[in-house]
Amino acid sequence: MLDTAKIRADFPILATEAYPGVPLIYLDNAASSQKPTAVIEAMDSYYRNHHANVHRGIHRLSEVATNQYEGAREKVARFINAPDSSQVIWLRNATEGFNLVAYTWGRANIQAGDEILLTEMEHHANLVPWQMLAEEKGAILRFIPFKEDSTLDLSDLPNLLTEKTKLFSFTAMSNVFGTVNPTKELVKAGHAVGAVVMVDAAQSVPHMPVDVQDLDCDFLAFSGHKMLGPTGIGVLYGKRELLESMPPFMAGGDMIRRVGLEKSTWNDLPWKFEAGTPSIVEAIGLGAAIDYLTELGMDNIHAYEQFITNYALEALSEVPGLTIYGPPAAQKGGVAAFTIKGVHPHDIAELVDKDGIAIRAGHHCAMPLHKKLGIAATARASFYVHTTTDEVDKLVESLNRVRRIFRL
Amino acid sequence: MLDESFYREQIIDLYENPLNHGELDPNDFSYEEDNPLCGDVIRIDVRLDDEQRVAEVAWSGDGCAISQASASLLTEEIKGMTLAEIKAFDKDKLLELIGVPLSMARVKCALLSLKVLKSGAYGIPDKGVMRDEG
Ligand SMILES: Cc1ncc(COP(=O)(O)O)c(C=O)c1O
Repeated sequence: MLDTAKIRADFPILATEAYPGVPLIYLDNAASSQKPTAVIEAMDSYYRNHHANVHRGIHRLSEVATNQYEGAREKVARFINAPDSSQVIWLRNATEGFNLVAYTWGRANIQAGDEILLTEMEHHANLVPWQMLAEEKGAILRFIPFKEDSTLDLSDLPNLLTEKTKLFSFTAMSNVFGTVNPTKELVKAGHAVGAVVMVDAAQSVPHMPVDVQDLDCDFLAFSGHKMLGPTGIGVLYGKRELLESMPPFMAGGDMIRRVGLEKSTWNDLPWKFEAGTPSIVEAIGLGAAIDYLTELGMDNIHAYEQFITNYALEALSEVPGLTIYGPPAAQKGGVAAFTIKGVHPHDIAELVDKDGIAIRAGHHCAMPLHKKLGIAATARASFYVHTTTDEVDKLVESLNRVRRIFRL
Repeated sequence: MLDESFYREQIIDLYENPLNHGELDPNDFSYEEDNPLCGDVIRIDVRLDDEQRVAEVAWSGDGCAISQASASLLTEEIKGMTLAEIKAFDKDKLLELIGVPLSMARVKCALLSLKVLKSGAYGIPDKGVMRDEG
């Protein structure tokens, strides 16, 4: 079990107040996580002592900066068990990962009539880039539906996933339901029909052990800011043969080997995909976040989140009129999306905010999912390593107050 | 500590018992729009009299207490107004009618009804008019 009291002391923001006299209770971790001192200090120290541009200078500072920056890439590679750090491409966020693959691999490989298989529980980041690609190429999008219990309905998979499927992209964990999908099995099913398989790991990498070699996925994308790291840094992992076969995404400095006026040749992996001066301090900050997570242990983190999610689901179910969306805690990550009969999710979020509690309300960038549920929005509480049962109790108390205000 | 004044009794009253709720068919203009950020939807139907004044107005839709109360208050306020007066209706006037302090995000909810009304009044989906204001 994680020592939450000790962990909380590592997050300066958790000691702050939302309003005078009202301590902050941060339950919006699925949108973005808070940062431990170790991350803040790594970034601060880099700017105070080591900053220079990377891969460019002969001088000492540039070498130190390059070593720290590339060292962070090594940490990511170890963290997700990538065979080599050259398969870890730095991007701004997970969203950019889907765009990169759609734009480069997709444009070179998807043709009219080809099928792209997604699921009905995707974040817009893993939907809209494929819509644009399909539109451009005359390809067809298909979707694995979700069932009443918020898990994927795989009964029709043999009809959805066929030799026509050139790309299969799905989320390892839903950011609304929290559903943890059978990622390894789905990758295998995709490969069995010859599809390239991409995994949206934006919600899984921060919360559970992820091993890309074990999953055998072709591409996988995630964001630093959801895993205690800074904004402005994300990762695309890819299999070497695929990354090598793909044209570059953006063009400019750092991604070239030799430049002539008419033609240029591309740099090696991973730099081929990293045009221009990158997010250096953000990469270093993400490296520090990975050190922090590794120290806690991803297995321990996952176990703790199971505990707190289970606790929250039980506590929330005591609130009259409250409906939780998503599978039971055993198949679920640390998010609880809910509605209360008679109160709009916006009003819920605004009123619990007055108690210092930060939750999200809206469609959480998953409009098709909400449409299928027949609702415009949900309220969502999401947890992390520092969430306590006391915070969950305060949420429940606050929700009961919301009900009273709405005369329920 | 909850600032209960925020949800002034009036807002909750209007949420429970909205004014001018419904649809008018036929009408002189009808317009519907949603706030894609939160999914709130408001439709406003208006019948004009011979002098082009609002004779009857009804709204329908779905959303949070603020957007719903705002639609009730706005439709009550514009009865008898001319088209020109509707087009000139100031957003601050509506915020004043609502009367509770609103965060940036909630101002959007509060002004959705006015945006719909003006778009209808102009007879075109006038996307530019209200966007920056909220
Ligand atoms: C499942 C999922 N995929 C993708 C994303 C996109 O992440 P980002 O906005 O950091 O690119 C998110 C973040 O909200 C997410 O929850």
